[in-house]
Amino acid sequence: MVELAYLTAGVLFIVGLKGLTSPKTATRGIRIAAVGMLVAMIVVTFDLLGLDAKFAWGVVIAGVVVGGAIGAVLAIRVQMTDMPQLVAAFNGFGGGASALVAAATVVGANAVLLTETAVVTSLSLAIGTVTLTGSFVAFGKLQGIISGRQVFIPGGAVTNGVIAAGIVAASAVGVFADSSMAYWVALGLAAVLGVTTVLVVGGADMPVVISLLNSFSGIAAAMAGFIIGNQALIVGGALVGAAGMILTIEMATAMNRSIPSILFAQFGGGASAEDIGTKPVNRATADDAAIALAYAERVIIVPGYGLAVAQAQHAVKDLANALEERGIEVTYAIHPVAGRMPGHMNVLLAEADISYDLLLDLEQANPKFAQTDVVLVIGANDVVNPSAKTDPTSPIYGMPILNVDEAKTTIVVKRSLSPGFAGIDNPLFYEDTTLMFFGDAKQALEDALAAINQL
Amino acid sequence: MSDVFIQGIVVFILAAFVGFEVIAKVPRTLHTPLMSGANAISGITIVGAIIAAAVGTGWVAAVLGFFAVALAMINVVGGFLVTNRMLEMFKKVPSKR
Repeated sequence: MVELAYLTAGVLFIVGLKGLTSPKTATRGIRIAAVGMLVAMIVVTFDLLGLDAKFAWGVVIAGVVVGGAIGAVLAIRVQMTDMPQLVAAFNGFGGGASALVAAATVVGANAVLLTETAVVTSLSLAIGTVTLTGSFVAFGKLQGIISGRQVFIPGGAVTNGVIAAGIVAASAVGVFADSSMAYWVALGLAAVLGVTTVLVVGGADMPVVISLLNSFSGIAAAMAGFIIGNQALIVGGALVGAAGMILTIEMATAMNRSIPSILFAQFGGGASAEDIGTKPVNRATADDAAIALAYAERVIIVPGYGLAVAQAQHAVKDLANALEERGIEVTYAIHPVAGRMPGHMNVLLAEADISYDLLLDLEQANPKFAQTDVVLVIGANDVVNPSAKTDPTSPIYGMPILNVDEAKTTIVVKRSLSPGFAGIDNPLFYEDTTLMFFGDAKQALEDALAAINQL
Repeated sequence: MSDVFIQGIVVFILAAFVGFEVIAKVPRTLHTPLMSGANAISGITIVGAIIAAAVGTGWVAAVLGFFAVALAMINVVGGFLVTNRMLEMFKKVPSKR
């Protein structure tokens, strides 16, 4: 009966995720998944209560109350622009919880663990710990506590390889010699590996890293499920592992890069420093931008990370409303790696009440640019960089981009000419058809709106 | 290997396949809610955490158990609440003029 109940929880997770395949059924879906979680928690509680033993319920209740309160506060107070940080932190908490379950198994074992249990314990410990420390470095980078640029560690990939080999060796000693000290060595090395691996990843590659850590947190949970022989954990963990893996592959494909090259390879720095900022650009004022926009028929808005930083989603909506009132068709083109996590721009635009029907994927948007009067690029850079198509020496060569240079006019709203996270100069900025509208995204859009209203 | 363990491997593989099939159909526009929803589901490790915390004896086990439950619970409550909050935004499709 108990087994069946756990399996039911797992099935509810699958049904819930199926709901996420459409925005219309998504809310119901996530609630179904939440019911699955509630079922699992109730079953484990009654299962333990049914046993004739003295349990440390005080510890459980304290954990539930403290964790629940923290989770609720985080979820209610987080700004949508900060979602990448929150997801990074949650990845870390999930991995950490699974690692702690494994650690408790090592501490609590009063007999030699079965070999298979020992193996999954060491896996849960290592994967969970890498996820924990890696996620906190990712969080630090996204929050700006740690430099978003790549940090090079001595030895690079070789160092990480040695640490990984050390984890495997220590885990093997733990499993086969039943040495708890060996497990703690593995845990320590895993903590270091999480830090050193994520530290070398540049900010533009964050969508891949967050997705990968998401996957790891699921795999760690599944391994914890093997430790306690629980199918709800195994199913839930496998689902999260699969979801994270799909997103990781999709993000890497969208950047035309392999996952190992993101984690282990050097990247960026195509343009020499003196190149940038010395070539002439067409500087535009708010009035120039307003005139171009107000007399267009079709406008496509391309949002990027700069929009999130400036919290400009509502300003975008106000500007779009003004254009629509003039009978102008306004849509949005979203590159898969716009922002710092998959789908981040979509959430920001949804927050500003922009209908999801108006959001175009890369494949939907690219055929439309040639028939578009004005493309308004807001705080995006690498995803609209034509050198990805034209310059085989560019680090982003081959990456699918939004072909905004095909439009009649492109207005780029940007703080300065400084290159993006990838550190690559963008030829788009120097095109004759490009107007550079310098400023904070929110302020720039508000100024452009004011100018349109005066026309 | 015990039967339970082998059964677990079977369930894991099947769930991973189903997961790939279902999740590959999630549209890009919902990828952020998918990730935070996945955070919530990875909180299922709460079950292992509750068992670890409950059966543990001694202060080391109590500390490990407490943190395991608390971290998993942050994901469960935080993950579901924030995902629900985001999806509510996608629900309201503004009326077209």
